[in-house]
Amino acid sequence: MPKVTYIEFNGTEHSVEVDKGLTIMEGAVQNNIPGIDADCGGSCACATCHVYVDDDWLDKLPEQSDAEKDMLDFAFETKPNSRLSCQIFLDENLDGVVVSLPEKQG
Amino acid sequence: MIKTDAVIIGAGPVGLFTVFELGILGLNAHVVDNLDKAGGQCIELYPDKPIYDIPALPICTGESLTNNLLEQIKPFNTSFHLNQRVNSLQKKGDKWIVETSEKTTFETPNVIIAGGVGSFEPRKPPIKGIENFEKSNLFYSVKNKNSFSNQNICIFGGGDSALDWAVELSKNAKKISLIHRRNEFRAAQHTVDKMMKLKDEGKIDLYTGFQPKDFVGKEKIEKVVIESDQKEVKEINTDSVLAFFGLKMELGPIVNWGLNLDNKTIVVDTKNFETSEKGIFAVGDICTYPGKLKLILCGFHECALAAQECFKRARPDEKYVFRFTTSSSDIHKRLGVK
Repeated sequence: MPKVTYIEFNGTEHSVEVDKGLTIMEGAVQNNIPGIDADCGGSCACATCHVYVDDDWLDKLPEQSDAEKDMLDFAFETKPNSRLSCQIFLDENLDGVVVSLPEKQG
Repeated sequence: MIKTDAVIIGAGPVGLFTVFELGILGLNAHVVDNLDKAGGQCIELYPDKPIYDIPALPICTGESLTNNLLEQIKPFNTSFHLNQRVNSLQKKGDKWIVETSEKTTFETPNVIIAGGVGSFEPRKPPIKGIENFEKSNLFYSVKNKNSFSNQNICIFGGGDSALDWAVELSKNAKKISLIHRRNEFRAAQHTVDKMMKLKDEGKIDLYTGFQPKDFVGKEKIEKVVIESDQKEVKEINTDSVLAFFGLKMELGPIVNWGLNLDNKTIVVDTKNFETSEKGIFAVGDICTYPGKLKLILCGFHECALAAQECFKRARPDEKYVFRFTTSSSDIHKRLGVK
């Protein structure tokens, strides 16, 4: 199972194993990791699962869809490594991925 | 004070179907929603996105589902109270007094919360102390476009609201500065073309790849500071700032109503979807119980059951009789079937 490390805005780290085929957002929600709201439930319609992906992993991620780029306009304090975690499905290539959470969602 | 059999909080799909389920039992309802139209998330977040799991509708969109539901509840002539949020619920005997942000008040035995993830509120730019400017010259919507005549205006955003207003206000403004975080715009292409033309004519200054960094001023914003991804900083003097970063959902005052909550959702009894308070029900995404799924179809079931209990509370002297819509002449009358 791919391991994902979520770093809260206050620095608290959570490393959890998440089933292949789930998204980084779903991994956070299933493990009660605070800081990812996912109001729309993963349909790329709300920008409340915004994360900053650690630079080492950026080129391993799936391409951003236009829908995700559009939704990121609504995210709080975006940076070049901003992604919506509901759009990143986990596989063995992402085993060990590290994401940081923004100060708040929306 | 409006007296009614039920107040429904939230005009999303489940709120709308609650109108139907109450209506066929002969109960009238008033619907309150903070958006300017019915449909909730279906209309605000994904009007064009396909939905495949509505029973007997192999495919629909957020918009078509909303329109069909509005058609279905037409016979009940329901009153909608839009652009307002329910702020308080107060107990008065067996009834509830409901008050909205626009001071609309209701007296009702039944309040059905179909509030989804909460009410839609404007997203604010990530700048400290921004609330101070909301009373002076920072706006999240345009109420009166004439108030911006002859001004230098900074507009943030890249969607239809931002570009429509940039184009419209440029007619009478001194100068429009449009700031967006990337080169692509979500707005309709013909609006983007118009905006680009105004830029070429010198009526709009366009800053793409920039985000707000600071708003400077005492009582009102005097200049905005913006920063690019490459940390390039620019300052723009301004008379007004319009920020169009879309809407977000907030649970809002619901947390103050003394209901049992579990992680932003309201705990209900699955027998009738009543909350910890008698006469207050929660249906759809906002309610929780063992096995809860946040699906529209589950919300439809939930409001059907809640309506039965609402009937008992609104008509304590009448006997409740279960009837099918196919054969009940009472229901046909209520639906206007001839």
